[in-house]
Amino acid sequence: MSKTITIDGQVVPFEDGQTIMDAATAAGVYIPHLCHHPEYTPHGSCKLCTVKVNGRNCSACTFPALEGQEVLNDTPDLNADRQKITQMLFVEGNHFCPSCEKTGNCQLQGLAYHLNMLDNHFPHFYATRQVDASHPEVMIDHNRCIFCTLCVRASHETDGKDVFGISGRGLNKHLIINSPSGELKDTDISIDDAAVHICPTGAILIKRTGYQIPIGQRIYDHQQIDQVSLAREHHQDEQ
Amino acid sequence: MYEHLETAKNPDNLKRVIVDPVSRVEGHGKVSLLLDADNKIQQARLHIVEFRGFERFIQGRPYWELPVMVQRLCGICPVSHHLAAAKAIDQLVGVDPENLPMAAQKLRYLLHFGQVLQSHALHFFHLSSPDLLFGFESDINKRHIVAVLNEFPEIGVQGVKIRKFGQEVIRMVSGKRVHGTGAIAGGMNKSLSKAERDYLLADVDQIIEWSNASVALIKKVHCSNLPYYDQFGTIRSNFMGLIKPNGGLELYHGGLRVKNPKGEIILDQLDYCEYNDYIHEEVRSWSYMKFPYLLSLGKENGWYRVGPLARVNNCDSIDSPLAEAARVEFMAHGGEALVHSMLAYHWARLIEMLHCAEKIKELLNDSAITDTKPEDLVAKGEKRFEGIGVIEAPRGTLLHHYQVDENDIVTKANLIVSTTNNNMGMNESVRQVAAEYLSGRELTEPLLNNLEVAIRAYDPCLSCATHAVGKMPLELELIDAEGVVIDKLLKHSDGEIERAHV
Ligand code: FES
Repeated sequence: MSKTITIDGQVVPFEDGQTIMDAATAAGVYIPHLCHHPEYTPHGSCKLCTVKVNGRNCSACTFPALEGQEVLNDTPDLNADRQKITQMLFVEGNHFCPSCEKTGNCQLQGLAYHLNMLDNHFPHFYATRQVDASHPEVMIDHNRCIFCTLCVRASHETDGKDVFGISGRGLNKHLIINSPSGELKDTDISIDDAAVHICPTGAILIKRTGYQIPIGQRIYDHQQIDQVSLAREHHQDEQ
Repeated sequence: MYEHLETAKNPDNLKRVIVDPVSRVEGHGKVSLLLDADNKIQQARLHIVEFRGFERFIQGRPYWELPVMVQRLCGICPVSHHLAAAKAIDQLVGVDPENLPMAAQKLRYLLHFGQVLQSHALHFFHLSSPDLLFGFESDINKRHIVAVLNEFPEIGVQGVKIRKFGQEVIRMVSGKRVHGTGAIAGGMNKSLSKAERDYLLADVDQIIEWSNASVALIKKVHCSNLPYYDQFGTIRSNFMGLIKPNGGLELYHGGLRVKNPKGEIILDQLDYCEYNDYIHEEVRSWSYMKFPYLLSLGKENGWYRVGPLARVNNCDSIDSPLAEAARVEFMAHGGEALVHSMLAYHWARLIEMLHCAEKIKELLNDSAITDTKPEDLVAKGEKRFEGIGVIEAPRGTLLHHYQVDENDIVTKANLIVSTTNNNMGMNESVRQVAAEYLSGRELTEPLLNNLEVAIRAYDPCLSCATHAVGKMPLELELIDAEGVVIDKLLKHSDGEIERAHV
């Protein structure tokens, strides 16, 4: 008989080595997340996947599933915390959804809708961040980086290139480019790299492709992020 | 004409009256009057007190964001900015208007006609019909669309539905009624499905019929108030706008034509990409809005007006039958080469609204707009570093000019919006009304509405920002020669009027 945990009272089976997130995804239970991606080593930095395990807050993407855990996930308290975290992400960078080319396809925006975030709540940082458009095909708009490190992991684990890294701590944290000039044009990044396609927000973009997908055909036009996420990641797990 | 009222000779001992903000226009402007002891007006100015700085903050952004970003300039005519920017960035990817795929061009026309239709309907029915149907000095409690809906329910409802139809056209083409996408560099991102087309076709005949009736209505209102309607706010000016190669009315793409007040063509079929050789802008200390003028005629005489009156006066014909018939009747009015009446802006506007309705039907019946594959909707060319897009927005000629660097980032932007082109015209009309209708009378709120009627005829979008119908707070102050406030009227945002005790 397989081992099980419960999530919001629902019995969920798991195998040794799986995290709570892995077990939940396999069972079709959505736990909100931004820095987690089933193909990459968990990083546990965004904290949106915070769940209560036997009364203690844990990151579902990093915490191993263990026999008999009672996990709380979709509760008003946890969702209120997640909403606050999302609001903090919005005020920390410069996210102007109305004119952003990622709108409708953006996980940060999708999550904000899912969590019923209606305003930014916190005072805006108005951080001064740069755009690196030096590369002919790929562009980075640092205004929209949420430091999820998915590009760092994808470049390292899939592309074997280490184009990206995170430097600094706290407020000084920023995404850096691994080239002598610090500019994207002097790296060996290419348009087919996994790192170019992994960004959950509009920070890493393929140039000259914005707004080509009409409204109505974008990822989150007809489905919320929980459905999209489960459809994609649940499926990936089975492969 | 009335330039002598732009700056009073001895402003120190004059009473100051401020109309701030001007209501039922888009954005924020104010009118200031200086009166002498006999209430004679010595100075009248329309000030634009809002500064939005769009040209600055699009610098540093990639060019493909422009059509989506700049449309946020305005909640009323965003599509105009969307399309003007799109025309400019077409050039950045090496696509000139004649090389745009035919289907994309037709979809852009459809989008634009929907936009002009809804904007003209909004302006006439929601913003201006209270003045036109109840009178310029009518009770302030009547001066809003709700009163129109009560007393002229049929007209009010038609107005609301015509506007809605225009917005539905926009929604089908661009995905949203306000601030959609649609135009991208070199083309469009989608065509219409047959279902979307049929949805619009179902209503289009009704819209044409109502639009035709509204032309008859404005004609009746105009002609039953003569000579007042021909004289109120009326000034003489040059007129500028785009024109088809054959001289026909054009809203999306063409050369620039200018006629002088006598109706003589003084510039024709100019390539707008060379606008800098023909048009300069003057800055005046008392307004954020610049004053453009034609270089060839100089600052004094080179100012011009744009918009519906300019376009209908400038063109030789309109290529849709009902609007053409209306144009012929219109041009016969006044018995001169051009129609100069300022209030004829409303009439010309509704002729254009009818034209848009007719053209929308024509395009909906064109198979090119449906089920075109995305790859057939976009053309490509050689990258360029400079792009200029000009369009006839509902309010007149609108120009977007961008420069980009080798990384596709905007380094410079210049926008000349329609209302700026009408800056001098609006100021002149305000001064005409002040001099002819207000000067020497005791100022009351209904009397001051005359000034707003003059400004409103131009359908200005003072900031290209948001607006609140009939809800705009209004404050009038009467200040005597010693600088003491002697009277104050307040209109609150709920429409309530209060006389402040001073
Ligand atoms: S998804 Fe678990 S911390 Fe980000």
